Formats: sequence, structure tokens, C-alpha cells
Amino acid sequence: MDHKIVGKNTQRLDAVAKVTGRAMYTDDFFERDMLVGKVLRSPHAHARVTRIDASKAKALPGVVAVLTPADLPKIKFATAGHPWSLDPGHRDVEDRLILTDKARFVGDAIAAVVAEDLLTAEKALHLIEVEYEVLPHVLTAEDAMQEGAPLLHENRPGNIVSSFGVQFGDVEAEFQNAEVIFEGDYETSIVQHCHIESMSAYAFVDSDGRVVVNSSTQIPHIVRRIVAQALGLSWGRVKVIKPYIGGGFGNKQDVVVEPLTAAMSLAAGGRPVRYCMTREEVFIDTRTRHGMKLHLKTALSRDGKLQGIHMQVLSNTGAYASHGHSIAMSAGGKFRPLYDFRAIKYEPKTVYTNLPVAGAMRGYGTPQIFFALESHLDDIARKLELDPIELRRKNLIKLGHQDPLTKNVVRSFGIPECIEKGKELIHWEEKKQAHQGQTGHLRRGLGMACFAYASGTHPVALELAGARIVMNQDGSVTLQVGATEIGQGSDTVFAQITAETLGLPVDMVHVVTTQDTDITPFDSGAYASRQTFVTGIAVRKAALEVRQKVLEVAARRTGLAPAEMDLRDRMIVETSLGRTVCSLGDVAMDSFYDRLLAAPITSDTSANVRINAMSYGATFVEVEVDIQTGRVEVTELWNIHDSGTIINPKLAEGQVHGGVSMSLGAALLEQMLFDPVTGKPLNPNLLDYKLPTVLDTPKINAAFVETFDAAGTFGSKSLGECPTISPAPAVRNAVMDATGVAFHKIPLYPQVVFEKFREAGLLAERSVQHV
Amino acid sequence: MAERIDLNLKVNGADHSVSVHPFARLLDVLREDLRLTGTKEGCGEGECGACSVLLNGRVVNSCLVPAVQAQGAEVVTVEGLAEGENLSSLQAAFLVHNGAQCGFCTPGMLVSATDLIHRCPNPSDDEIRDGLAGNLCRCTGYAKILDAVHTAAEREAAR
Ligand code: FES
Ligand code: FES
Repeated sequence: MDHKIVGKNTQRLDAVAKVTGRAMYTDDFFERDMLVGKVLRSPHAHARVTRIDASKAKALPGVVAVLTPADLPKIKFATAGHPWSLDPGHRDVEDRLILTDKARFVGDAIAAVVAEDLLTAEKALHLIEVEYEVLPHVLTAEDAMQEGAPLLHENRPGNIVSSFGVQFGDVEAEFQNAEVIFEGDYETSIVQHCHIESMSAYAFVDSDGRVVVNSSTQIPHIVRRIVAQALGLSWGRVKVIKPYIGGGFGNKQDVVVEPLTAAMSLAAGGRPVRYCMTREEVFIDTRTRHGMKLHLKTALSRDGKLQGIHMQVLSNTGAYASHGHSIAMSAGGKFRPLYDFRAIKYEPKTVYTNLPVAGAMRGYGTPQIFFALESHLDDIARKLELDPIELRRKNLIKLGHQDPLTKNVVRSFGIPECIEKGKELIHWEEKKQAHQGQTGHLRRGLGMACFAYASGTHPVALELAGARIVMNQDGSVTLQVGATEIGQGSDTVFAQITAETLGLPVDMVHVVTTQDTDITPFDSGAYASRQTFVTGIAVRKAALEVRQKVLEVAARRTGLAPAEMDLRDRMIVETSLGRTVCSLGDVAMDSFYDRLLAAPITSDTSANVRINAMSYGATFVEVEVDIQTGRVEVTELWNIHDSGTIINPKLAEGQVHGGVSMSLGAALLEQMLFDPVTGKPLNPNLLDYKLPTVLDTPKINAAFVETFDAAGTFGSKSLGECPTISPAPAVRNAVMDATGVAFHKIPLYPQVVFEKFREAGLLAERSVQHV
Repeated sequence: MAERIDLNLKVNGADHSVSVHPFARLLDVLREDLRLTGTKEGCGEGECGACSVLLNGRVVNSCLVPAVQAQGAEVVTVEGLAEGENLSSLQAAFLVHNGAQCGFCTPGMLVSATDLIHRCPNPSDDEIRDGLAGNLCRCTGYAKILDAVHTAAEREAAR
């Protein structure tokens, strides 16, 4: 392909704003007489509020309003950032109130204060008198499903939010006929997004009586709907603005602070109120990644041909459903377009417990599933003495594969090349040789893992994207999209797509980065790695429409037919001769000022994308394990991706680096800890929660196998979440290669690793050698 | 309401006097009183480094510094790194290397790295990592930030 701009390292459009400190985030806007909100949170994991008296708090000078559950509409709403479903059977779980009189986790929001300043608000919180009837609580999914376990939500027997699974083929028959059956248990811990910008919003009622919410969100149009639903307002009365946002990773694909912030402003007579969570609140009352327990049972032939798999998943979704009902289900479908099983039985159970709420996080459950599956495959390879790479190769689906359930078709399939490339880049064979016969306390090992992922959510949910392009007098264009730039670089990619289509330099594409639901076209937002793929289709469609209109105006000027001309470098050229016939600026001026025919060139369009494209990749990693301390160090890592055509290599690498580091955090360091008796969070801060620092992060190498997927714009597929899937199991497999010890739970932090080495006799073995 | 305190300080070369709450943090004065919102708050408890500024030439977490402690001090924030429209070599290197994604850690990173290059010309990779160990980033895996700091340090050393 001879693209001028697609495939090039266009500099981020927002780079200058971000390095100069001029980029404005939600907390950087100040309104006159702005008030602050604070929230009173339950100290109990499960308790009914029997009495609440806010009179002393209300009487405190500087307090403008105090909100309790009684002051708010009793409308249960769903917080998950999905498009609304016209089918009531398909809707998200409506189990949340803005403030609750039944606390379901330590930190559940009971009451709120609006005050002139933060200190007054904090003082007022202490003056609210609450009496609780403490209820028995459950912290693990197993306990929550026990008979007689306390119920979190009355209408959910067994505390089960969802147990919707899938099945095809006859898995029991596969087990009966199998030469080998292999079983394994795997577990992942609860981790968090840790976007550096807090969860924050401010709201006010404008002069037209409309409720305006400025929020750090990935999903402005969805926030509008949910704020309206939660407060019983008509949807059009709410307006949501999203300025720059300081990271989301799925946590902001959920409606967390906005309904409360809007309620605070309404309670304060429409005055502007800011509610910005403290870091501790972000840990406790936003969302987490589901901790999952997985049991895998696999039927295969002795030479390693996979036949059937039964995967049972227990997913702890915490106190409210959020995305819980859809994550386990969605994540369980991602390995089907990768490995060829004749029969699959996938049985997830998502269960309420009295812990903070789990929701969407980069990869949407897929990292947990692949941690189990890719660890399991290595366990199988070890047991059957097969090469783990060969085992995977042998079982790959083929190009053209159609999923029996989603009907999605694999139109591009670069995983074989990814595996080949990864093997070469890390010098797999040479390193294997070099690692032979290691005896010291430092041992090196190699591991790999593969993944597959989708581009957006089709066919599960609506994939609608909007784009609007307006041509300006100078021939530049202004592009508006409803999909949100959240740091991933989507605005830049959209500008590249537009510029490529219109023969413009990128700096003549002005992207409106702030979303305002009054102005920006409808789009469900930034999630599911959908922006380049789904919104990219809408942007390309808008750009093509503008291109056509430009050529029509040019045809009037030149007498040539539109089909005989092309747009190149701000000029209209006669394609066959390569001759410039007029400039884009001439056309633009005609479109605005021609006394007879003026009609500005615009496109306001949308794409309802009813297609999907599978992305693939693999991690290859070498680790060094210190038997004496349990420390695992990544000494070399490659992530190889097939994400179709890469529109901007440098931005793509950035996505890989960030995604890999997030997965390495989950593999080696990160977990949210709770007191097993009280359910109180033990490490809700960035010191005790081990977010990787630059000292913990190894050099991460990214490489791409570029395929062309006919479904995507310029052949592109998803990337954003993909890098977060395979590093953790690859590291785990490398540790097993180095030490012979199979770990079944992440994170592999030194204490756990050390203890397991001691159990496995590795330490004894070493001390004997020392004698 | 508590009495307010008069605070005089120099920020990015300009003198300011503001009257502040006795509990105000330097971060609040910069962001709210002076509307220098480039400096960010990521945790408010000294863990993330998003609020890093130079106070009398040394990097501090401005969320931990009582404003009154900056009486008579010189402060440099991210807004003070460029000279007019001329970006510093570090800022320029962030553009080239895609050092900022969401950009929220970026101001603090730039301030810490500016200090590092100043203190330690020709830093090794380990020295750079040490210098940035107090600045958390969730987007970049630090990779492009390190590339940018290396490039800028080399450029500075060559001057
Ligand atoms: S805001 Fe100051 S260190 Fe995080
Ligand atoms: S760029 Fe987002 S936190 Fe660093």
C-alpha cells in the first residue's frame, strides 16, 4: 500500500498541550463559587442503616446540603457503560442506588455533604449520625454461593449475578474417547486500573435549567443516559462534557461519580459542585478487575491434538453487578477463534460478595481466561513432553474459520507469523541451549503465551459510531467524533485516516478532542478496543463523503468528471495525467461563497458496524528467578502483535508498552488485599498497592506482524487491550521452565514464590549443593 | 473560618503574593490561586509524583508541602519549563518519542527529569530510572519516557 500518512509516525495531536501543562482535565476547570462534595462511607462490609441524622451536619456553617438516601429518587440503575438495549432482557443489571441504606461493602456510599470547602465538608461528615444493623457478610465467591449465605440483593438467589455459559460439540463424548485428560486449577487476584488521574466530575445547572456534568469518562454519551436514568430526568436535559482524561483502562467505562455529583448540584440549587475522589476512594469505590478461579479440563490426543475443553469459572464481582454479568461471558469467547476444539463447554458463574465492585478493566476478563488457558497448555506440554510452541501451533484454527456461536469470520490470521517472529527475536533455541543444566540460585527460563481478541463487541452489542467533518475556508477540515481520546491516541489515528483520505497534511485536520454530548456525534465511547476499528469506519465514511463533495465542486470548476480527479497534497489533480487542476482551497472557497451554488462541504454520518475482526499475538519472555529470595526478574520480553495494518507505529508501540506493563504488574506485584474477617481493604493507596514503578519495569519490546483485514479501515484491527493478555501467563510459564515449579495463582510475589520453592525442595537441594 | 496568611513566592520567574488558608498545600496555591493547573494531583499523599515541582531548585511533591513553607521561595512548574514557545529539549524529546499518552503523569515526569538532567549530566539508564522512581505512570510502561530522557540528556550534554 502506498499510503502517505497511514502507517507513519504522526506525532500525537495533543502532545504539545500535554508537555506544556496546557491540556485541561476535569479538575483544571474552575467555576465561580464552586462547592465541593464529600461522601460518607460505610465502615461495615454488610449493614443496614437503621437511623441517619444529618441535622448537626446541616447546621455547620459552610455546609450547603446534606444528602441521604431518603433525599434521592429510589430508582435502581445499572452503571455499566454499554449501549442501551431496546430489549429489556438484554439490559445491564439495575442494582444500584446513588446512596444506599444497605451497605454492601466497606466503603459503600451512605450519605454526602456539599460544602463551601473541603475542610468543612470533611468536618460535616463526622457530624452525620448513622446507626447500623450489622449483617453477616461474605468475601469469597464460594462462601457467597453456600446455602444460607447472606444475600446481597434480594432478587439474586445464591448471590449469582449470572451463570450464562456456552457450549458446542459434545464435550462429554470427547472426555470418554480421549487418550489423555488433563485438569488444572488457576486463580487470578483482584487488581485495579490505577489511572493516575482520580475519578472526578463537577456538575451544575445552567441558565437553561439543564444539568451539565463535566467528567473524566470514557463514555460521555452513556453517562448522559445513566445520570438521567438515576435521577429520573429526561435524557435530553443532561449534558456531559469530557475534556482530556488522565487514563481510564475500563474504570471510566462505568458510571461512578456522575449521578451523585449531579444530585449534589441539584441539592445545592444548581450551584457548581465538584466531587473528586481521593486515591483511597478510587481504590475502594470505583471498580476492580475480577479475581477469578478457573478449573480447566481438557481432552486431547497423546500427540497433543486438543479435542474438548470444559472450563469452569468462578468470578467474584463484589457488591454490585457493574459489568459482572457480561465480563465472564464475553471473555470466555476469545480463545475460540485461536485454538481449534471440537467441543467446548464454558461454564462461568459470576457471584456477588461484600467486596468492592469489579467491572471493566483492559481486556475485559480475557487476561484471566488466558492466564488459565495458557498456563494449562504449558502444564499439558510439560506432562506430555511436548514442545509448548509446537503444542500451540498444532492446534491453531485456520484462516476463514467461522465461530459457531458469534458467526464472526477470521479474515486475517497472523498468529503463526507472530509465533515465528517471537521465537526468532528472543533467540528461543539458543537460549534453551544456554539454560541447560543450571544449578546456581539464579536460574533462567523461557516462556511464551498466545492470545486472540476482538475488535469491538459485535455481535453482542450495538457498535454505532458517529463522525462529522466540516471543511473550512482554507481547505482544512474540522473533525468531530463521539469516541473518546483517553490517552490511547485515537484522535491522532482519526486525523491520519481523514488526512489520508482527503490528501491533506495532518495539521490541516483539526480534531475536537473535547466531547460534549450536545455537540459531538453519538458514539458509545472508548472501550473494547473499538475506536480505530469501529469509529475508524465512521471517520473514513465521513472523509469519503467529503472527498466526493470536493470532487463535485471541482468538477464544476474544471469540466472534468469527479471520477477523473483525485485529491493530493491539498490539490485536485487529474488522475491520469497527474496534472493539478485546482487547489483544495479554491474548492473550499467556492463551497462557502459561490453566489449561486454555495453549500459548505460537510459530512455528518454514522456507521453501524456489524462486523468484527480478530486480533492476535504472543508474548515471549525470559526470566531470571532467584531461588533464595523468590524474586522473579524479566530479563527479556517481546510482545508480537497481529493488529492488521498499523496506522501509527509509534502510538501502537506505546499501547503495547503500557499494556504489557499492566500485565506484568498483575503477574508479579499487584493485588488488592482485604482483611479476611472484616472485609476492610488493607492497601488502598499507591504505596502499599504495588503499582510498578520505573524500577520494576523491564525493557519491553514490541513487534508487529502486519496483516490486512478487509473489515477494518485500511486493514486495521484492534490493539488497545491486546497487550494486557499474554504477558502474565508467559512469565508464569517461564518461571516453570526455569525452576520446574508450576504456579497456579498470580501475582508471583517473592514471598509466595519463595514459600513454594521451599515446599518443592528447591532450597534444600541448593543447600546440599553448597555443602 | 481560619485566618489567612500572606504568602509571597516566585513561580516560573514571576513574583506572586497570595493570601492562603493556613492548611493550604503548595499544590493548592499553584493550581487554585495561580491557576497553574499543569501540575496535577494523583494521590495527594506523596506516592505518585504527579504534583512534582521544583522548590528552590529541588524536586518536591507539592501535595506534601505546606504552602507557608514556600514563603519567599522560587518554584518552577511544568508551565515554566519552556522558554516562551520554545520547548525545552526534554519537552521536545517527549514529542518525538511519544512520551505522553494520557499526559497526566507528564508534568511531574518532566519536572523530575529536568531536575535529574540538571543534577546528573550524562545519566546512565540506572541513574535515570532512579531519578524517576517517584513518578508513577500507568500508560507507557515508562519505555518512551526513558527514551525521551536519554535523548534529552544526550542533547544537553552535547551543548
Ligand atoms: S499528588 Fe503528590 S505525590 Fe501524588
Ligand atoms: S501517560 Fe498516562 S499516566 Fe503516564
